[in-house]
Amino acid sequence: MTPPLLSVRELVIKFPNRHGALTAVDGVSFDLAAGEVLGVVGESGAGKSLTGSAIIGLLDPPGHIASGEIYLKGERIDNLPAEDMRAIRGKRIGMVFQDPLTSLNPLYTIADQLIETIRTHLRLSMREARQRAIRLLDDVGIPAASRRIDDYPHQFSGGMRQRVVIALALAAEPELVIADEPTTALDVSVQAQIIDILKEQCTQHGASVILITHDMGVIAETADRVAVMYSGRIAEIGPVRDIIQNAKHPYTSGLMGSIPTLAQEEDRLVQIPGSMPRLSDIPPGCAFNPRCEHAFDKCRIERPVLIPVDNRQVACWLYEEAEAKGAAT
Amino acid sequence: MTKISAQPDTPLIQVAELSRVFDVSKPWLNRLIEREPKQFLRAVDKVTFEIRKGETLALVGESGSGKSTIAKMLVGLLDPSEGTIVFDGQPMIMDNSARMMELRKRFQMIFQSPYASLNPRWKVADVIAEPMVVLGVEKDSAKIEARVNELLELVGLSAADGSKFPHEFSGGQRQRIAIARALSSNPEFIVCDEPTSALDVSVQAQILNLMRDLQDQLGLTYLFISHDLSVVRHMANRIGVLYLGALVEIADSKQLFKAPQHPYTRMLLDAVPDLEMTGRQRKEVEGEIPNPINPPSGCTFHPRCPFANERCEREVPHWTQTKTGVAACHGVEEGRIPPAEMVR
Repeated sequence: MTPPLLSVRELVIKFPNRHGALTAVDGVSFDLAAGEVLGVVGESGAGKSLTGSAIIGLLDPPGHIASGEIYLKGERIDNLPAEDMRAIRGKRIGMVFQDPLTSLNPLYTIADQLIETIRTHLRLSMREARQRAIRLLDDVGIPAASRRIDDYPHQFSGGMRQRVVIALALAAEPELVIADEPTTALDVSVQAQIIDILKEQCTQHGASVILITHDMGVIAETADRVAVMYSGRIAEIGPVRDIIQNAKHPYTSGLMGSIPTLAQEEDRLVQIPGSMPRLSDIPPGCAFNPRCEHAFDKCRIERPVLIPVDNRQVACWLYEEAEAKGAAT
Repeated sequence: MTKISAQPDTPLIQVAELSRVFDVSKPWLNRLIEREPKQFLRAVDKVTFEIRKGETLALVGESGSGKSTIAKMLVGLLDPSEGTIVFDGQPMIMDNSARMMELRKRFQMIFQSPYASLNPRWKVADVIAEPMVVLGVEKDSAKIEARVNELLELVGLSAADGSKFPHEFSGGQRQRIAIARALSSNPEFIVCDEPTSALDVSVQAQILNLMRDLQDQLGLTYLFISHDLSVVRHMANRIGVLYLGALVEIADSKQLFKAPQHPYTRMLLDAVPDLEMTGRQRKEVEGEIPNPINPPSGCTFHPRCPFANERCEREVPHWTQTKTGVAACHGVEEGRIPPAEMVR
């Protein structure tokens, strides 16, 4: 059996502080198949960006992987020396960050930055690398790419810059692209263009994508599967369509109800009382239990594990009995 | 409440031909050396609208469309370059006259980021009391304290929270504090500049619901500014769509979503992600907002408009009455734009 492209096993990320350590990501596990788009959605502080940074080995100290493993095509990558990780980063895993202005160096032309990335990872001559760079820019829809390649980042608009960043992420034909809030800094009309380009280009280059965002709408249009994160844990993971149309975890269904949509007629939005707990006081048991209307005793004591329900997994004790019944028959 | 209320048929706010120009020239020496003229940016260009008492008017647009500039001019944080603002029949001239001080009690603003709009060194009770003190609504300290506690409970916090500092609260709670502060001088009109865009969705829902409840309870009038069409649809009675500083369409909220008239409004609606997964395809939107320093001739939207013709390039469109409201578009006026095929 071939291993999945990416496998994250029981990942725990901690931030040491005066009183011990804060656990920002707590036991996250998931697999990603080749060519698949996995959406990771959650509110700020849910640990979605940290999970992405951990995979690509860019956790900012003092944050560190306290336990757990990350495998890329069966090969463990979370404990590699910095030098080896650098060979993977950019070559096998590409990254698209939120703000296209800060992810490009303002002092170098687009050509310099693309050619540097290409030549770091591929054995190409200057001329070949430049041709490749122009082709990449052309692919992401930058008009007159052969001329604009010698421009500086500030000469591009926000949407165009994000296209350049996508070209940069794909420059060395990575197997996996991690896109962390790629459209959050952009206007709605440009957002749609960027999502299309990202999806189309990754399919063309055969790269899998982890799309980290707080925007369910973007996930609905792009991802194959979605992982909903809450307080550093996965609350629910499964096919996008099933989760959006029929969420099982009380947090997911609350989240879906609280998004105002164009179609709904109701006057009031569904609201989840309270807010996500701080990392320093995550309640025992299920992290969502103080805000959950279905919570019962077990939720307050024991932390739920991911329970398979239909074709997805839900971390909620409500579904434990259903599973037990299913196992009995 | 004893307030001089507006006549039922007169609008609370009347904005006429409001414009704001910013000088974005390079420094004097650079201009001299590079022989460049001064450069100006028309952030808001002859905007005219009314807000009736008790209604919510929303202004939507992308970044650079001038929505925040309008908000700031309405509350006097920026002076208009041209045009007038009339509040309940009285012209708003932002001086320190007694008449203006009296008028200032009647409008307030809620800002986008609750992290930047609360003074970190002030206790929450002082933050909330400040408008009352500054505008002289209340002078007796015991009454101020009672009012602060009442406001804290009104926005869903507890009276004990008044003695805490802003950093002890989450983003949603801070925005509740900002709302309490805006309400403390008992205003009739509140300008809300992207009040939820710094918040997470589940918290956004709480704040939007709270704002609607307060409107029903206190009879508030809102100008609601947002870039998010689904939020706007939830909050507004009427919607104005801004593009490059100019209003391109104003219509009743429900109508605007059912039958958008202006091609830009249609484009914005098409760009909203399809959460219901109805299979509606997002239409590929052409191009980006042009540089506002040097906007296109004629109708500023014509380079991106699928219906543009030679007249659109040449002539600035004027307001045309439509079935749903008003729109500034030659195509709508001539009736050559096919009805929108909205899936909704």
